[in-house]
Amino acid sequence: MLSAAILIPAVLNGLLMGAVYALVALGLTLIYGVLHIINFAHGALLSAALFAAFFAFKLIGLDPYLALFLLAPLFFVLGYGLQRFVIGPASHGDDRNMLLVTLGIAVIIENALLYNFRGDTRTIDVPYAFQTFNLGVTYLAVPRVVGFVAVFVVALALWLLMTFTDIGRAIRAVAKEKLGAQLVGIDVGHVYAMTFGLGTACVAIAACLLIPTYYVNPGVGNAFVLVAFTIVVLGGMGSVPGAVIGAFVIGVVESLSGLFLGESLGQIGIFLIFIVVLLLRPTGLFGARA
Amino acid sequence: MKSFAPTAIVIAVLAAVPLVVQSNATLNFLVVTLMIALAGQGWNILGGYGGQYSFGHAAFFGTGAYVTAILQMRYGVNAWPGFAIGIAAGAALGAVIGALTFRSGLRGSYFALVTLAFAEVLRIVASVAPITGAGVGTLMKLELGARTFQFQSRAAFYWAILALVAVSLVIAELIERSRFGTWLAAVRENEDAASALGVDARKVKTAAMTISGAITAAAGCFYAQYFLFIDSGIAYGTWISVEALLTAIIGGVGTVFGPLAGALVVKSLGEATRLLIGDAPGLDLIIYGAVLVLVIWIMPRGLIGGIADARKVFGRRKPAATSITKVPHG
Repeated sequence: MLSAAILIPAVLNGLLMGAVYALVALGLTLIYGVLHIINFAHGALLSAALFAAFFAFKLIGLDPYLALFLLAPLFFVLGYGLQRFVIGPASHGDDRNMLLVTLGIAVIIENALLYNFRGDTRTIDVPYAFQTFNLGVTYLAVPRVVGFVAVFVVALALWLLMTFTDIGRAIRAVAKEKLGAQLVGIDVGHVYAMTFGLGTACVAIAACLLIPTYYVNPGVGNAFVLVAFTIVVLGGMGSVPGAVIGAFVIGVVESLSGLFLGESLGQIGIFLIFIVVLLLRPTGLFGARA
Repeated sequence: MKSFAPTAIVIAVLAAVPLVVQSNATLNFLVVTLMIALAGQGWNILGGYGGQYSFGHAAFFGTGAYVTAILQMRYGVNAWPGFAIGIAAGAALGAVIGALTFRSGLRGSYFALVTLAFAEVLRIVASVAPITGAGVGTLMKLELGARTFQFQSRAAFYWAILALVAVSLVIAELIERSRFGTWLAAVRENEDAASALGVDARKVKTAAMTISGAITAAAGCFYAQYFLFIDSGIAYGTWISVEALLTAIIGGVGTVFGPLAGALVVKSLGEATRLLIGDAPGLDLIIYGAVLVLVIWIMPRGLIGGIADARKVFGRRKPAATSITKVPHG
């Protein structure tokens, strides 16, 4: 059972899957880092983005990798609008209300998808879906490798944005000290909405990278986002490097426990990590904030 | 005992309903509504009075349902003790989860996440474990009779669930006026300040979660008894976690009648849309989600709180000076 011929492909595939998890988790951790709430609508937004990528391909034949450049800005605007005009005003500045509002939005989006498209599972056929790279020890699916590379591009872009732009500085300022930022003239509502928009754009990118090899149905985002919660908690809520490293760890753990325990029990491994980390070290492995 | 009067009146009025309404469909609707109100009251004890917003009350609902069903089907236990053990199991689970999470000091987003995770773990376990019937679920034998807690008439079930709701209302009422209720409110409003004044916050919250778990588990026991079938998606699914918190939030968090009012409003809205637009998957939940967002937006204290506010403004013509205005986000 423990032969290298089985283990190496499992680990590599886990790393590739971890890359997509990283994108979903990046959006989540970004929002947590600034707004200090868990965005429960994240999974529903991922489902919506997967549907958008699906229909872009089916209806106008837009390749998912090209659709990315359309959907990422579109979902940025959607996320910005959601926070600025719904979540912000509706929650009256109370964190618990914010949690509930994101949950309410999740319920609306998910069931609107269910109502319009029914529960059917759909897939698309792109010509490169089954192309592989031959590494000698194993084959790697081309779309997964593309996703892997894309994560680093997105993470780098985010880092540049946060480090060198005015909005990046404003976001970091609000994350550290909201009141202080407000006092020096930063529009906190705008920064919150920008952050939410960025997080939502990450989800759209993840969807475009996923759709060539994955499927879509109204509930698909939920499975992902529970894994993303685990990653964010493991990496330390609000920590960007933590999210990326956590995602790779979880990707490999899932792949290996799936190999040894079977598909459905493999999922439990992730949740047990989740609960144990939450109970023993809620700040995560890389988090500093209590 | 003056303030038990509203509870007594509400229960008396509701108890008279089957004497007037004969339609099985209507009674069925009311039974389900009361069951959700019961689950919501469980959520309200912890979330409303204690301020700990759980996103995973399905853990208690499902445990109550499975324990009752499995005891009867696999171990031949009578329905009544089965029901009681189901409730006890919910209480025990509440105590365990509470002890674990509050010991780690989890609050807010973290608490919401960890409760969600517990419910999900239980759902996955129930979907593969042989004792729960795994993916097939547990089907209970139809055996009518008071001894088996299975009734031919909807009215009997209606009175049974109403009795449980009545007990939950009395519990909420008692908590509200007890010293324990005051501690709980103190922890909700400012945990650090409450601890500084000598309130054992961990113990108080864990106790609230134990009571909360028991009440929501009772709703689960009733579900199994009424529908005679459960599977992992029903018992531990997110639907019940959402509906439990929904009814309490919409009706009014931390009020005795909040969950009952919320359940009646929410379920009526769901039923009305079904009648108007037709039965389509997801439609009622779209309405629930929208109502949740709108209520938080417009009436943050829920229907009961909203009515009280309106009465204050229009009745006595006195401004609500006690409410604290917060700076809104965004």
